[in-house]
Amino acid sequence: MFDNVWLIPILPFIGFLINGLFGKKIKNETVIGTIAAGAVFGSFIVSCMTLYKLLSLGSEERLAEVKFFSWITSGTFNADVAFLIDPLSCIMIMIVSGVGFLIHLYSIAYMHGEEGFYRYFAYLNLFTFSMFLLVLGNNLLLMFVGWEGVGLCSYLLIGYYFHKKSAGDAGKKAFVMNRVGDFGFLLGLFTLFWYMGSTHNVWTITFSEMAKTSHLLPTGGVVTVITLCFFLGATGKSAQIPLYTWLPDAMEGPTPVSALIHAATMVTAGVYMIARMNYLFIRSPETLTVIAVIGACTALFAATIGTAQNDIKRVLAYSTVSQLGYMFLAMGVGAFGAGVFHLMTHAFFKACLFLGSGAVIHSMHGALHHAHSHDDAQDMRNMGGLKSKMPITFATFLLATIAIAGIPGFSGFFSKDEILWQAFSNPHHGSLNILLWGMGAIAAGLTAFYMFRLVFMTFFGECRITPKAKDHLHESPLVIVIPLIVLAGLSVVGGYIGIPKVIGEVLGGIPNYFEHYLDPVFKYSEEYMSVHGAHGGIHNIALEWGLMGTSVLIAIIGITVAYALYVSNTGIPVKFVAAFPALHRAVYNKWYIDELYDFMIVNPCKSFSQFLWKGFDVIVIDGAVNGVAKSVMALSGVFRLMQTGLLSNYAWSMAFGVVVMLSYFILK
Amino acid sequence: MSNILSLTTFLPILGVLILFFIPKESKSVLRGFTFAVTLVTFLVSLLILTGFQTNAEFQFVENVPWIAAGPFVMRYNIGVDGISLWLVILTTFIMPISVMSTWKAVEDKVKEYMICILILETSLIGAFISIDMFLFYIYWELMLIPMYFMIGIWGGKNRLYATMKFFIYTMVGSLLMLVAFIYLYMIGSQAGIPDFSVLHFYNLHLDPSVQMWMFIAFALAFAIKVPMFPLHTWLPDAHTEAPTAGSVILAAIMLKMGTYGYVRFAIPLFPEAAHRFAPLLATLAVIGIIYAALVAMVQEDVKKLVAYSSVAHLGFVMLGIFAFNVQGMTGSMLQMLNHGVSTGALFLIVGFIYERRHTRLITDFGGLAKQMPIFATMFLIVTLSSIGVPGTNGFVGEFLVLIGGYESELRWWTVVAASGVIFAAVYMLWMFQRVMFGELNNPKNQKLLDLDAREIAIMVPLLLLIFVMGVYPNPFIAKMDPAVKKLVSQIRPASMDAAAKALAAVPVANAAESNETSEQNHTGMPAGHPVIPHEGQSTSPAINPHEAK
Amino acid sequence: MANFNGYLIISAILFSIGTIGVLTRKNSIVIFMCIELMLNAVNLTFITFSRYLGNLDGQIFVFFIMTVAAAEAAVGLALIIAFYNNKDTIDVDEVQLMKW
Repeated sequence: MFDNVWLIPILPFIGFLINGLFGKKIKNETVIGTIAAGAVFGSFIVSCMTLYKLLSLGSEERLAEVKFFSWITSGTFNADVAFLIDPLSCIMIMIVSGVGFLIHLYSIAYMHGEEGFYRYFAYLNLFTFSMFLLVLGNNLLLMFVGWEGVGLCSYLLIGYYFHKKSAGDAGKKAFVMNRVGDFGFLLGLFTLFWYMGSTHNVWTITFSEMAKTSHLLPTGGVVTVITLCFFLGATGKSAQIPLYTWLPDAMEGPTPVSALIHAATMVTAGVYMIARMNYLFIRSPETLTVIAVIGACTALFAATIGTAQNDIKRVLAYSTVSQLGYMFLAMGVGAFGAGVFHLMTHAFFKACLFLGSGAVIHSMHGALHHAHSHDDAQDMRNMGGLKSKMPITFATFLLATIAIAGIPGFSGFFSKDEILWQAFSNPHHGSLNILLWGMGAIAAGLTAFYMFRLVFMTFFGECRITPKAKDHLHESPLVIVIPLIVLAGLSVVGGYIGIPKVIGEVLGGIPNYFEHYLDPVFKYSEEYMSVHGAHGGIHNIALEWGLMGTSVLIAIIGITVAYALYVSNTGIPVKFVAAFPALHRAVYNKWYIDELYDFMIVNPCKSFSQFLWKGFDVIVIDGAVNGVAKSVMALSGVFRLMQTGLLSNYAWSMAFGVVVMLSYFILK
Repeated sequence: MSNILSLTTFLPILGVLILFFIPKESKSVLRGFTFAVTLVTFLVSLLILTGFQTNAEFQFVENVPWIAAGPFVMRYNIGVDGISLWLVILTTFIMPISVMSTWKAVEDKVKEYMICILILETSLIGAFISIDMFLFYIYWELMLIPMYFMIGIWGGKNRLYATMKFFIYTMVGSLLMLVAFIYLYMIGSQAGIPDFSVLHFYNLHLDPSVQMWMFIAFALAFAIKVPMFPLHTWLPDAHTEAPTAGSVILAAIMLKMGTYGYVRFAIPLFPEAAHRFAPLLATLAVIGIIYAALVAMVQEDVKKLVAYSSVAHLGFVMLGIFAFNVQGMTGSMLQMLNHGVSTGALFLIVGFIYERRHTRLITDFGGLAKQMPIFATMFLIVTLSSIGVPGTNGFVGEFLVLIGGYESELRWWTVVAASGVIFAAVYMLWMFQRVMFGELNNPKNQKLLDLDAREIAIMVPLLLLIFVMGVYPNPFIAKMDPAVKKLVSQIRPASMDAAAKALAAVPVANAAESNETSEQNHTGMPAGHPVIPHEGQSTSPAINPHEAK
Repeated sequence: MANFNGYLIISAILFSIGTIGVLTRKNSIVIFMCIELMLNAVNLTFITFSRYLGNLDGQIFVFFIMTVAAAEAAVGLALIIAFYNNKDTIDVDEVQLMKW
């Protein structure tokens, strides 16, 4: 049935091998780019076929596993290299290959003339391959391979401009923070494997088996431990509090990388993982609470930082962290479908935003380069008025911004609103629900504010770039523009496959296709909920409409404020900063979280290590070892004085010895 | 064919005899010949691999009388089983590579150097294949001598200190082991054991107090060789001073001698004592993992950093061994091979830049990736393998060790050890970043040449192995699996066996024990008791979906 | 027994003279002669006891000792000559390189 599914990851892998091994010799950028993009396009085609085949099956039959070979077998442990095809993995491969292809295409023009062009595409292909492994793997370990693989590619691509120290640092930071998460992932895996094995003799890490046997797990207790461990993994990969600080730094990489890895695909892996194992998470109310609270806090917290950043990519980075927070909020309130839906719409509009910002940076960079100016091409304070210079970029960017701001009719509205409603109405968190909803709603307002602030600062007003450079600003080439248009289109219409129930009913009974599509994936959770707590939730259509109106209103307020501050009355932000310098400094410096981590963890760790080495290893251990040697030498230093080398001394001592011994034997 | 093991062992010695007749001025002939000898040895050893039957028994056994001195009967008794097989292959595989690695670096006393390498090879292989414990001891001591000279003559500035430290450290341990050997033999001959064959001694049931003292003596000797915290300080010194080939052999093979000693001797000979000391040794292993990682993080010398990373990796091996279950043991065996491949490769890498720049200080480098792209790629792959990124060999071993440890009684130790994967990433990547990334601003570095054909040829087999063992480790596991299972059942002390049987008779079968039962069935132990269902729950829910709802 | 005592006393005196000579003299030739004296004192004792006990073992040993002493004289004198060639002296106190 899904015989050719192996092609999906293998094609990019072949692309990686070709470009990685021979790219340097090929040299021709078109060839390299075509190989890389073509490989991903091939995957996209196969993904479409897979999705089509899947849809042709009845909803109950939409689950298939394709085994290739057994990977690690030892004792009770077995992990295969096998793929799981179900609605969730299908939607993921569609996003990865689709958005991935557009970004590959875009990169051909964006990376034009870069040293190491082949290296870039090799890494990008490797990333795509790993991402496919992550989403297709039928067991935890294979997922972990992809999980680490994407982290590795992220490291490589962040550090793409490796001659810059900041890039190297950012790459390392990303990798290490992800490793902290991986530690959690592994512990979760171990605990699950051990617990299920030792108590129920179910030695498995395969998702389908785990789903079938999940009813053996108790509520809470060990499941809380397992799921919290997995969630730690998710916070690392998906940049949630407390492990989010790597993502803004990751903007050191080329912009298309930020679009693909740090917005659309990799960072959503944590969300995917939770959705994949929803049957575990639903069994631990404690974990759900933790996830929901962390998600909501991250959404709000990152949004506050986003309001004060001047680097266009950093704003988008914090926006990504914030939007990921929404997805986790959705997971935490048990709205797995809504979370995955937001994952998808976010992939569209955030990829569009990043690529749009890339186009702007590219154009700015070129213009500044022509004018021999050393101004920062990413600083929004140098931009302004680009709307006439880059009309298509502006239009696509605006559409994506409207989508992320949650204006009705655009994709972001449907997904975000669904999450907010679920946050309010879910049966899991009791009175915490209002707080979760409130945080989400405020974050939505902030999102609208900072995103429109970005749009206004970049595209509106007058051009603040040096006049000499101004004439060199121009619209990007077609290869860059096409992906923008496609993604903008998806940002607009992408939401209509998942119209919330209340709206759908008004529009004449349009069902929420997306949620129905995902139903088989979440059926074990549904079953669990129908037994354990279906009565807790709120079902009030009027309230839902009311909340929807409120969140839209908040978004509009955000936009209005942004308009007031950055278009009609640009003096206010300056005055505001002057009035609250400390607040601005704190927000601008990201609440000093990086410094806090350095102070609390990194520096103590370094000085402790120094102590261990110079203090313990050298002084204590080696001191003891050398001490033994030295004391032996010192002792022999005393005894060797007896060796005078004088014959008479030896003769006398011998005679003396003979006398002593004789007298001993005689007198005995 | 039947003498293939002896052939593999003594081919290098044969090479030494011929080397004597090659004039010492013709250095390239000396090198080429030595390389040829090691290569032929490797090829011959592949016959062992192909002829190896996948079962738990010793194969290619040669057992002839050797020394009979009064009450002491030593026999030339050798053979390989699944545990030693891969270590022998690893040895013969690493040797040609290490000969190649100092092709240019050693210009002085080439003949003596090559003789040292060849004698070392014989002694290493010999130690892995010895069944007779006395023979093992001879090889165990013999390998010290060439290594002593390699570090002491062709080493760096501080070589004499390092080599003495290495020699005496190891000697202290092995003398204790010798005493224990002899004492064990005395007990054995009273019990009617005719010779030094370890197989006889496996069946000897010693009482716990004797076991304890014997285990301490063995464990100490092997712990020094591994090396385990806090007996590790000889290693960084020896590694930094040794020539590249010395470091590679030391790291890739000689350290395995310690862990192999645990697997072959210390644990199966004294299982009860091993169980008793497991928490202590696991604690030391885990401290080693974290401690070495932290110390490695602040090293200024690349080679020293790699040396400390060895201590951390070997900590994982020890943890896996003391998990006393199939996964842990398999993981440890794999990790030994992985460490051999990836740390060997790391030392080669360090050797390459040392030969070019004659410094190993991290601060002297920076931005090399621009100047040496091939080198950078290889370095990166090896670094990732050392970190244990999935898809490389390092991951498989580390993962099995951790999952084995987690299933065993060493759960909390494993949790701490697992945090070692974070530190590994920190120190390796930080080092990689400081050496390879950043600005290329040191004028000396701007003239560096990328790897030449010889160096690439050395690295490629290692890199291939890194991926093969990472992507398709099952052939490796399959060969060692029966032996590992046998070992695991063997080291379950008699008291625990009895306990397991007693428990199985009680109608509430719990976790660990149903696990054990299944393992016993695997290994053909006289188990035969059915798995008792867990009150009302199905024993095989995998084929019994959730009708409980 | 009385006539045997005389031999033994002479032997003892000779041995003591030799011993004291070895211990006190610095000239290596003299020391060497003193050692010969001690050997011969021992020889005398051997012969005395051989006579006294009525078996020949002691006398056989004497031949051994004389042979060994001859060999020793050859080697010892050669050493002394080599020593003299190097140091221009045969004072044993000058030979003290083998210390510590």
